[in-house]
Amino acid sequence: MIEARNLTHIYNEGTAMESCAFTDISFTINKGEFIGLIGHTGSGKSTLIQHLNGLMRPTAGTVYFEGEDIFADKYDLRALRGKVGMVFQYPEYQLFDETVLLDVMFGPLNMGLSKDEARERALSALRLSGLSEDKFESSPFELSGGQKRRAAIAGVLSMEPEVLILDEPAAGLDPGGRNEILELVANLRKERNITIILVSHSMDDVAKYADRIMVLNKGRLAFFDEPRAVFSHVEELEEMGLAAPQMTYLAQKLNKAGISVDPAISTVEEAKAEILKAFNVK
Amino acid sequence: MLRDITLGQYYPVDSVIHRLDPRTKLAGTFVFLVSLFVTKSIYGYVLATVFLAAVIMMSRVPVKFITKGLKAIVVLLIISVSFNIFLTEGTPIFTLGPLKATWEGLQTAGFMGIRLIYLVVGSSILTLTTTPNQLTGGLEKSMGFLRKIKVPVHEIAMMMSIALRFIPILVEETDKIMKAQTARGADFETGGLVKKAKAMIPLLVPLFISAFRRASDLAMAMEARCYHGGAGRTKMKPLKYHKRDFIAYVILLLYLAAMIVIKK
Repeated sequence: MIEARNLTHIYNEGTAMESCAFTDISFTINKGEFIGLIGHTGSGKSTLIQHLNGLMRPTAGTVYFEGEDIFADKYDLRALRGKVGMVFQYPEYQLFDETVLLDVMFGPLNMGLSKDEARERALSALRLSGLSEDKFESSPFELSGGQKRRAAIAGVLSMEPEVLILDEPAAGLDPGGRNEILELVANLRKERNITIILVSHSMDDVAKYADRIMVLNKGRLAFFDEPRAVFSHVEELEEMGLAAPQMTYLAQKLNKAGISVDPAISTVEEAKAEILKAFNVK
Repeated sequence: MLRDITLGQYYPVDSVIHRLDPRTKLAGTFVFLVSLFVTKSIYGYVLATVFLAAVIMMSRVPVKFITKGLKAIVVLLIISVSFNIFLTEGTPIFTLGPLKATWEGLQTAGFMGIRLIYLVVGSSILTLTTTPNQLTGGLEKSMGFLRKIKVPVHEIAMMMSIALRFIPILVEETDKIMKAQTARGADFETGGLVKKAKAMIPLLVPLFISAFRRASDLAMAMEARCYHGGAGRTKMKPLKYHKRDFIAYVILLLYLAAMIVIKK
């Protein structure tokens, strides 16, 4: 569905302040997949995702969406942005309109929909986001942090994108809020079959939800594989300043202590199953 | 998108000019600006050019970087130069409809243009070689005498340094919000004036809110560290004059004297 071919991005090319964000990155993402993108601060994650909906232009290489080159001259980037939705870090800072509902209608209206259609979509997106109905008509600036975040995510969902890219959607929320937002994202895929790209630096979050994990390190694609395969490289991950999920460490320790479990487990559920098996409990 | 603002930008290299005390540089800039308005003869401009070129060379800031700041005044320059050419009385060169270009006008326009360019270049040398903090420190110290007549010098200097510090932050923030709204299909580029102005609302509202939020966070952080204004406040790096500063002052005085002598 989305294919990146030999993407390279260099900031301030040709000046004294030249710096390379990433070089020669190629990958293919299929429809309906849940992709986790992780990497250390400054590994080029945020820059990379901004190429996928044409917000930034690559220095070399290109991106294909459904087989079409999005950086070709005649390609309609605005239409693309309706199909590839992007939720930035701290999206609540983009809220501006008088009411939550009007703010969420901003995207659909920009796509050229009528007021009624935009309203329909906004309402359905807001319900999906889990914000309570009595808040729809209040000012977005009266909401709490978590509620604002939901409203802002709804603002992107209302465009009914086929692909949704989220940059650290749970950053700055308390653990309860974190789980709720991540569950919301997981639900989106179940209910609407949206392709998801989740940027995060929490291995535990990514391990729990992603089908495949993309690891960026110093501007290069280090791994792009299923979680089990990626987490089997614990040492390499640590060298990149990343960590494996806590459960993978637990499995290692159990194995060292003589209790044999699968060393590549990454979520609490898997760990539970493995441990019960190891102790022969049914 | 918004990386081209050079005004108030610091160029980090080590040079004699960089190491001068900010007060010396402030005085130097002031003297240079005054000298531009004192002189009316061609020799005066030659001397000013030599002086400016020498300072630029000593500062080790690339000339390309300095002239970039001139882009901002191109429109102003064109308007004031053409006004001077056409609206000064004197010997006519040619007429353009109701407009009459004169030799005298051309001459004043030329001097005017040079003056404007030198003004901008001269003051950008100051900001390119002085960090915002040094600059406000220097201003605070040299304007200190105004405190006697109840001017809150320290407070003004503090506000200035905060404002300067916030320029890059707000530029970055604008960039971020612009991208977020573009991702929601906003269009900042096409359309007429009214449409463009309307398109700014989704950008300006969040920007103002974020500026106020940052300001209140900063106020809180300053209060938490017991900031209470200028009285009794000491500096970690107090400004001190060195030998090079005295030499610079002597050169400045000589320059100014020369400019006054050949003013005519």
